[in-house]
Amino acid sequence: MKFWNSVAAIAWKDILSELRTKEIISSVLVFAVLVLVIFNFAFNLAPDLILQIAPGILWVAFAFSGVLSLNRAFIPEKEENCLEGLMGCPVGREAIYVGKALGSLFFMVLVEAVILPVFALLFNIAVLQSGLITVTLLATIGFVAVGTIFSALAVNTRAREMVLPILFLPVVSPVIIAAVKASAISLNGQSWSDMTIWLAIILAFDIIYLTVPFLVFPYVIEE
Amino acid sequence: MRTRIFIILSAILLLVTIAMEMLLIPSLASAQNKDLIQYSPVFYWHIPVAWVALFAFLCVFIASIAYLWKRTPFWDIVATTSAELGVVFTTFFLLTGSIWAKFAWGTWWAWDARLTSSLVLWIIYIAYFLLRTYISNPEQRARFAAVFGILGFVDVPIVILTLFVSNQMHPGDAAFHLDKPQMIITLVTGVVAFTLLYLGLLFFGIHLREDAYEVSKLKETDGG
Repeated sequence: MKFWNSVAAIAWKDILSELRTKEIISSVLVFAVLVLVIFNFAFNLAPDLILQIAPGILWVAFAFSGVLSLNRAFIPEKEENCLEGLMGCPVGREAIYVGKALGSLFFMVLVEAVILPVFALLFNIAVLQSGLITVTLLATIGFVAVGTIFSALAVNTRAREMVLPILFLPVVSPVIIAAVKASAISLNGQSWSDMTIWLAIILAFDIIYLTVPFLVFPYVIEE
Repeated sequence: MRTRIFIILSAILLLVTIAMEMLLIPSLASAQNKDLIQYSPVFYWHIPVAWVALFAFLCVFIASIAYLWKRTPFWDIVATTSAELGVVFTTFFLLTGSIWAKFAWGTWWAWDARLTSSLVLWIIYIAYFLLRTYISNPEQRARFAAVFGILGFVDVPIVILTLFVSNQMHPGDAAFHLDKPQMIITLVTGVVAFTLLYLGLLFFGIHLREDAYEVSKLKETDGG
């Protein structure tokens, strides 16, 4: 119980500071919309092509904006030496990981909740489908689980922001592939049973990448 | 000494493998099956190299856990050396795969499951080295690399599974019918040769890095 109290406190601290500055959400949103617009020009989408290409575009937008927002998970902590303060708190290091991940999950879900309607509007696709929403939520958990620990690694290196995409994108590639396939199935109006295998892959990834980082995170922030 | 024995043994076995795949294998093929991959010499390098690359990454994983547990520079050296060899062998796997693809499918690269998953693994371990170059403190570098070595390796089965579910173009297991004993012998010789080569290079690399570590320690005490 005490563990979850500390987790909630850490997550709430991040959410509160974000709600006051609106730093991450505003820039990530603009960036994600830009990605959608650029893709629209790059492919010059004809209506009959949209359903084939749209899932890919959506997940590129999610993955890139995910990198952008996950980068900010630890940079503010580093800038004012807040991480030392956080490490000095009488809470387990695992609680810091879970709290940070929950905070990032909140931001990403918020951003996605805005991107999806914009995407629907720009590409004329019905996105309010239980399949697509489930895939998005499950894949976002995977993104955040991996991204939080890599963000903590990246912030302690010389190159900082540059490091996260290099570590993050190859490792989450299975989630991106599975999410693109599952979204395509959902957008094409196929049934849930066609999506099962992809959802299972994403779920397996989520479970593995919630457990392993939970175990190794204490080694990342020890000083 | 140990290093030299492994290298010499693997060199001999590699020559034997080449001789077998050049002389033995083509004579087994008949007119209708000569295009199958198991009748192509490249196959007997491709499979052993794939096995060694995965084995090297497994060693990175084990050495990374050992480092976080024991905190001795030795395990970091083992992990780095093995990752280096894994990348080299994966590169070789991609090259031999590419040669096979050109021969069988007419293109150098196809986005098939095995080629793509090895490309992803290759990038993960290139990232491992990039991460190392971005950190100047040796203790922190070893620790972060170990964390990434663990997180990167648990991705291996997921990457492979995902790509296999998503497409199948590669000659599947049904095609690998090694129905002649000569094929199995050649393949086993190749696997043993490349495994010995890996071990020889691993010991050699560990030796080099240990010396480099000693020198840096001596410099520190001298300079201080």
